Amino acid sequence: MINVRRSATQIFLFPAIIAVIVAFGLVSALLGDGIWDTTSWIALAVPLAVTAFFACRKRPANS
Amino acid sequence: MTPRTVRIWKDVHKWTSLVCTLFLFILCLTGLPLIFHEEIDRMLGATAAPDSIAADAPMISLDRVIEIGRAERPNEAITFAVPDDDDPVWHLFFAAAINSPKVAAVMTIDGRTGRILRVGDSTRSPIVKFITDLHTDLFLGEKGMLFLGAIGLCFVAAIVSGIVVYGPFMRRLDFGTMRPRARRLYWLDMHNLAGVVLTAWMLVVGLTGSINTLAQQIARHWQRTELVEMIAPWRNAPAPANPSSVQKAMETALASAPGMEVSSIAMPGSLFAGGHHYGVFLHGNTPLTSKLIMPVMINAADGTFSESRELPWYAKVLFVSKPLHFGDYGGLPLKIIWGLLDILTLIVLGSGLYLWVARWRTAPSWKAAARAPGLAAQVPERL
Repeated sequence: MINVRRSATQIFLFPAIIAVIVAFGLVSALLGDGIWDTTSWIALAVPLAVTAFFACRKRPANS
Repeated sequence: MTPRTVRIWKDVHKWTSLVCTLFLFILCLTGLPLIFHEEIDRMLGATAAPDSIAADAPMISLDRVIEIGRAERPNEAITFAVPDDDDPVWHLFFAAAINSPKVAAVMTIDGRTGRILRVGDSTRSPIVKFITDLHTDLFLGEKGMLFLGAIGLCFVAAIVSGIVVYGPFMRRLDFGTMRPRARRLYWLDMHNLAGVVLTAWMLVVGLTGSINTLAQQIARHWQRTELVEMIAPWRNAPAPANPSSVQKAMETALASAPGMEVSSIAMPGSLFAGGHHYGVFLHGNTPLTSKLIMPVMINAADGTFSESRELPWYAKVLFVSKPLHFGDYGGLPLKIIWGLLDILTLIVLGSGLYLWVARWRTAPSWKAAARAPGLAAQVPERL
């Protein structure tokens, strides 16, 4: 997959999805307590989980 | 994008990052313990536990609480009475003079027994106070605050330009690609991945941080415009010699705004009340409305309601910015996540700095890697 050029949509799809999830998480704990706090924790843990997943993956998928 | 535009954006990213990196290291490192300042203050004994009596014991009159405070420090003026967020206690703020903005002492009094629980120079422990000052103004007062506000905007520019150059960098790479065999490529990949997933959070914390640096300007502007207008009819009236009951003033204010709670009470003559009034500041009781303050002016001569008006938009923006910067609005789990996001930001900063320094050592191969990361990936051993 190394030499296939990617479109802007392909490049920014995942980052955009993550940004939307994080934005939701930032707002949700402001809106209420209880379930709103829990969804906020899950949403804001997404960037951490994604980074940890790729950093810990043994072999890169494209080699 | 043409190669020239890409190069310009890369330069923007490089220079905006270099300008703010050192300060961002300080802000992230000091911000980390500040996320947990409540827990640290409690551990260090800076917060006083209320007396252990029946939980439903009635509160004594606030007038009595003020009396107790005055008797203990007769040479100073009480500027503010602030109820605690969690405990049935009052925090009384003392100053050398009633119109002085500088806090001389904070006294915590149990609202049911009237016992003085603690006297300190701040509501925070000395170590947390030190870190807070370093974080908010680098010990340089208002100038330092505004300087850090500018650094925050520089950080925002670095993030935006970082997103722009992320595109060309990732043209031939899958999202999340890590090339662990070459150290520089590994940190480049880490910088790209962590940077891009943190974008939204870093933008929000950076922008709200910059807005918070305007707190003093905003407070002063509100005093000069809104507060002055609210109490204008009493502009030339002499200050009441014997102010009416502060307890009654609080009750009158609460009755005027059902569903709201007391956030703080500014005493007559203090900067947030004017000479003729109690400034009773209320807030709502939901997570969002608890951040929004509603000022109610109570005539200190007869205890009657004078005026109340919603905060202007710029003050609302400030009050909503605070939780979004501190991460203190979703319990301890949110604070822990906030801390981990802060640590990940440090990794983005550190890897960015490393890439810039490492660039000098073997410039040609770095340039090749930057221009065509896909090609460089095929010869990682050489790096």
